[in-house]
Amino acid sequence: MNDSVIKEPATPLTAEKSKAKTNVITEENSDAYTTVGQAFSEKAKMSMRDVDVFYGEKQAIYDVNLDIGTNEVVAMIGPSGCGKSTFLRCLNRMNDTIDTCKVTGKFLLEDQDINDKKMDVVPLRARVGMVFQKPNPFPKSIYDNVAYGARIHGLADRKSDLDDIVETSLQKAGLWNEVKDRLQQPGTSLSGGQQQRLCIARTIAVSPEVILMDEPCSALDPIATARIEELIDELSQNYTIAIVTHSMQQAARVSHRTAYFHLGKLIEVNETEKVFTNPDHDLTEAYITGRFG
Amino acid sequence: MDKLNIDRHISQQYNTALDDLKTEFLELGGIVEQQIVNAVKAITDVDTVLAQEVMTTEKEVDEREMQLDDLCTQIIARRQPTASDLRLVMAISKSTRDLERIGDEANKIAKMAIAISDSEDLPHGFSELRNLGRHVQEIVNDSLTAFARYDIDMALKVVNKDKEIDREYATAMRELITYMMEDPRNISRSMNVIWALRSLERIGDHASNISEQIFYLVKGLDVRHQTPDEMAQQVNKQRK
Repeated sequence: MNDSVIKEPATPLTAEKSKAKTNVITEENSDAYTTVGQAFSEKAKMSMRDVDVFYGEKQAIYDVNLDIGTNEVVAMIGPSGCGKSTFLRCLNRMNDTIDTCKVTGKFLLEDQDINDKKMDVVPLRARVGMVFQKPNPFPKSIYDNVAYGARIHGLADRKSDLDDIVETSLQKAGLWNEVKDRLQQPGTSLSGGQQQRLCIARTIAVSPEVILMDEPCSALDPIATARIEELIDELSQNYTIAIVTHSMQQAARVSHRTAYFHLGKLIEVNETEKVFTNPDHDLTEAYITGRFG
Repeated sequence: MDKLNIDRHISQQYNTALDDLKTEFLELGGIVEQQIVNAVKAITDVDTVLAQEVMTTEKEVDEREMQLDDLCTQIIARRQPTASDLRLVMAISKSTRDLERIGDEANKIAKMAIAISDSEDLPHGFSELRNLGRHVQEIVNDSLTAFARYDIDMALKVVNKDKEIDREYATAMRELITYMMEDPRNISRSMNVIWALRSLERIGDHASNISEQIFYLVKGLDVRHQTPDEMAQQVNKQRK
């Protein structure tokens, strides 16, 4: 077990309790549940507590508690509609754009509650960047795609500083060698995998602390996927990463801890190695082995 | 008793593949179990025909071992099993090797049976062979039953019984050593019986290995190189 991951005594997470309660989760008895495993971290970068999310009357997330450790890769898995993407989008207030969406609970980025209405989301999204399912480069040059964020956040005073940021970001995203001779060509001229790495470079350019990835490889071929996964591993040296993925093999390959969501509840969080060899919860087991839940 | 629900996959083919794997494994278990019975009978009844039969079956055991390995590889390549499915494939992959080794040991006993039938005097130690043979065959049977039922309590009993078999083996050895010391002419005859006893003791160890895999299969616990008490403690700790 990783030493950095601890159980918080305030919220009992024993397997015994889960057996007694959680195995009978249905939409009706949604309150009766506790997360199984290791949801908390000693060196948390982000700490989410008592998170509930509603779309209008419909509750999408029930009382989720989770830490994401510094330089940790946490994968969120679960069937469609389980709330994993909704939860991820809360981490940099992307759900603000949906009028009917109501998010309650604490979202601490270090000591700051990012769910505070006074929080300015523009600098927040620089600190917590996001990479989406489909590569979405701006209709601009490769250079400008990466430079854009740095410019609006005022990170570079001189052209040479901006050049540095663009080069370093593209290098970190593993794209520099492929595009260094054609930086002025449109970002959309790149292949799908390259575009996704361009989007990652764009995210890195504003020096975020946390990178959120919402199924970043689902539109990519296996080679491009392998490159992104390799990149995730390298990025985890400097960044904290939360990734939502439909590919369980991907979660198994890239993450340190895996969180399993089911019908809006966080069922189990454990070391990835444990989740995929001997999960604590029957629902996790059923999902990752492809059984009827 | 724990259930692994290997027949509950959304994919019917996956259910079938895992079910076939388990069935093939248990069939191989049945074959080697019969080999033990026949090998011991061949030596104590001085039945060379039966000994030959054991040696012929050995080829089938080898073939089935390779088939099982292939099935495991196929499932890993095509299904990327996880959790209990992964543990089932791993446990079968490892235990298949033990079954094949049991077959090898039975084969050795059959060879001893033929060697003994060539000598004029019947050597000492047949009753020990018969008893040890019966006990060993029982624990191989129990380990396979425990595997089929995912029964850890039964698996723990097998590990304990293997310790008894080790003691029984030591006693039989002491007796034969005394017999050989009485008259050096007994040595060459007794050696064949000693080799056979040794093979039976090894078979007990393999049955114990298979039982250890059941702990991994059912509970995800790696209990290799532990005493039976330590194993029981680990299981109880997890049950609490």
